[in-house]
Amino acid sequence: MEFRYEIEGGNFSRAGHASSAVKKILKQLNVDNRVIKRVVVALYEGEVNVVAHADKGSMLVDIDEQRIKIRIEDTGPGIPDIDLAMQAGFSTASAAVREMGFGAGMGLPNMKKNTDQMRVTSEVGKGTQVEMITWFSQ
Amino acid sequence: MAEEQFYHALKVNNNLCFGCTHCMNVCPTGAIRIRDGKASIRKNWCIDCGDCMKACPVDAFYIEQDDFDKIYNYKYRVALVPAVMIGQFPSNISESEIFSVMRELGFTHVFQTEHTVDVIHELMLEEARKATEKPLISSFCPAVVRLIQVKFPSLVDQIMHVKPPIDTSAIFFRKKLQDEGVPDADIGIFYVTPCAAKIAIVKSPVKDRPSPVNGVINMDFLYNKVLQGIKNRSGSSTRSPGDNLPNLGPKHISWSLTNGEAPYMKGRCLAIDEIHNVIDFLERVENDEIQDVDFLELRACDEGCAGGVLVVGNRFLTAERLRNRAQLFKDIHGMPDDLVPYREYMKSRVTVETPEPRPMLMLDTDTGVALQKMEQVRKFMCYLPGIDCGACGSPNCLSLARDIVQREAQLSSCVFIQRTMEKHRKLHGDHAIRIIEKTWGKDRLDKDCTKIGAKDEGA
Repeated sequence: MEFRYEIEGGNFSRAGHASSAVKKILKQLNVDNRVIKRVVVALYEGEVNVVAHADKGSMLVDIDEQRIKIRIEDTGPGIPDIDLAMQAGFSTASAAVREMGFGAGMGLPNMKKNTDQMRVTSEVGKGTQVEMITWFSQ
Repeated sequence: MAEEQFYHALKVNNNLCFGCTHCMNVCPTGAIRIRDGKASIRKNWCIDCGDCMKACPVDAFYIEQDDFDKIYNYKYRVALVPAVMIGQFPSNISESEIFSVMRELGFTHVFQTEHTVDVIHELMLEEARKATEKPLISSFCPAVVRLIQVKFPSLVDQIMHVKPPIDTSAIFFRKKLQDEGVPDADIGIFYVTPCAAKIAIVKSPVKDRPSPVNGVINMDFLYNKVLQGIKNRSGSSTRSPGDNLPNLGPKHISWSLTNGEAPYMKGRCLAIDEIHNVIDFLERVENDEIQDVDFLELRACDEGCAGGVLVVGNRFLTAERLRNRAQLFKDIHGMPDDLVPYREYMKSRVTVETPEPRPMLMLDTDTGVALQKMEQVRKFMCYLPGIDCGACGSPNCLSLARDIVQREAQLSSCVFIQRTMEKHRKLHGDHAIRIIEKTWGKDRLDKDCTKIGAKDEGA
């Protein structure tokens, strides 16, 4: 089953809407609470990344009996050095974004920690794509 | 275990309920449906918050209470009274007057539940020191605990493991009387409740431990009795207010109000009241959006227990009176002397296990089946109008879609689908009326001039 959510860049007041929606779906499917929690944390971080850095983006969610597959893609500045971006604490967030309590440099590392598989691809000046898979039973 | 149902204090009086949608629309868990012209509550979804009762235009909801005469089954009749009981009276009626009249009414002892708050507070601080997962959530409000069980099951581990003041005080007072030589069978402890949710704690026995409370009396009932007693009498009461009634300190007086617990916990603490605010905040906690908060005081009612559905006085005036009292007794600290020897006794008896998660949202326990059902729900949502009018007897279109999938309703329950079906000659007009009567009751659409707002209202 597939779901698609649009993410608006720069609108922090709506950050969390897509992850909340996915959370509601997983609850209806009787997915283990701990798994839901991991997925939602990863999704929320991903959503905030798009809001903080990109013009716009979307979240594509594909769920079957065994797993949830998420693809978050944005049109934004892209990531020049993905390995560096994956390091805890590394951040390119603006001072304004940090003032709002975001941009601590934990986004991508947290997403990786909370998913079973993650793949980041990016092109500077065009945008970033993150693909994550989490299995419902370990 | 999933089949086991919650005990519920909230009931619908079918003689009074005429089938409108007020309760269904305000229920924060979507637990109400209209069938045969009456509201029906889904027991496993209801959290006893009382919003339906507050919204009902004809007072069709009621809270089951024990027969008052039940107190006479016991030789020692103890009333456990929360501070809001006093707060709801006008300030010219004194605390001792209220307690005197309660003794005239038949109680041998009156004890204020918040006297044992220090024991609870101590246990809460201990638990907070050891906790690894934050924020910890107060276990004070039973409606909130149930809300988390059904709607936020992933957060049950963060609910504190301390019983509320009712239990603690009942445990103390029973032991105190026993130590004075009173046989247990002679002790009747009755809790005067400000809300429906607290009754459930008393009536749902925890594993192998009977409730220390023998019965429950609704606060509005006792309020009327006491006020009547005071009004019908000139001069002061014939009875003394009774011993064992030291004044509560400021912490105890305000404990059940909003911001009652939060100022006394360590770290970053927040107090949130009113059920929709609580739901909104818990959504964020569950998403991990809320960082670095140590403690959450969550209350289902606006203004905390002062806003309880059985509190007669206006909640803002009740809270004001209690805050004024807290100011007046600001120098009183700690427990009354006769409770001190019981500190350890209470502490060892007032912890509770983590409440069971009871997820209400799931479509099926089997994820594969649930996925199929969700696909069906999404398909039905393509046809339903999204007006959320409630004319089908479910609170909104999505609820109806879920009810259809769970075989508790039909697509033709929707009045707009009915019109479309009639247009395509798939449904006869008479049949449509029969469907509506099934939801709203027979003859529901007949002219009736006695309904609220009509020509002969109330006749």
